[in-house]
Amino acid sequence: MANSIKIRAKIKGDTTEVKCLMTHPMETGLRKDSKTGKLVPAHFINEVIAEAGGKPVMTAEWSGGISKNPYLSFSFTGAAKGDEVKITWKDNQGGSDSETAKIS
Amino acid sequence: MTMNTKRRVFLKGSMAAGSVGVAIGAGLLAPQAVIAAWNEKAFQAKSVDDALTATMGAAANTASDAIKIKAPDIAENGAVVPVSVSTDMSGVESIALLAEGNNTPLVATFMLGAGAIPDVSTRIKMGKTSDVIAVVKAGGKLHSARKSVKVTIGGCGG
Repeated sequence: MANSIKIRAKIKGDTTEVKCLMTHPMETGLRKDSKTGKLVPAHFINEVIAEAGGKPVMTAEWSGGISKNPYLSFSFTGAAKGDEVKITWKDNQGGSDSETAKIS
Repeated sequence: MTMNTKRRVFLKGSMAAGSVGVAIGAGLLAPQAVIAAWNEKAFQAKSVDDALTATMGAAANTASDAIKIKAPDIAENGAVVPVSVSTDMSGVESIALLAEGNNTPLVATFMLGAGAIPDVSTRIKMGKTSDVIAVVKAGGKLHSARKSVKVTIGGCGG
């Protein structure tokens, strides 16, 4: 799955604000399929790693309680314009994706 | 909601096996030891206290005005509730986000690294009207804040 992540990283003063959107069904495993009446298996992102300039800035652990097509924003200091921000997610079925964006 | 208990036990079991596989994968691919395995126990806990004990090491916390939760008073759609947590405390190590009324209350934890500012936003699902709780670990102590969100349509299946 390529390009499942969209990242916007903007620097203001010395603070970089990162906003990202991921494409993922985020199934809790509790929802029933309306057609078959069977439970839809759990399928959700359980780990998100944010790195800036190769150093980890934040690691998030999620449950299926995060909305479908998750949105995440966070801020950090110590980066400069043009540095790369990398976001990686992993889901409970072994899927993963990552994307990088330059800070503007 | 009536649930087939056996099926739920089975699902839990298969989920557990799945996350172990993910954990092993993460361990092999992780460049640094910073990345911990997914805290399955915490995310499957049925109560706020159990979840906090599993993720933060303790359930005891003190209410703090320094933590700000931004969430709607009334959420029309429980499947998408925008929530922001910020604090001006220093030395924040991690932030946990919980929806008290959900089947498994712990929604997310954020481990902050060097330079990260304790200000995160995301969107969560809420099964029913309840409090959103933010727990901030700073200097080894737990601080919390809560905000009530009224949900008109639940977002957890069904």
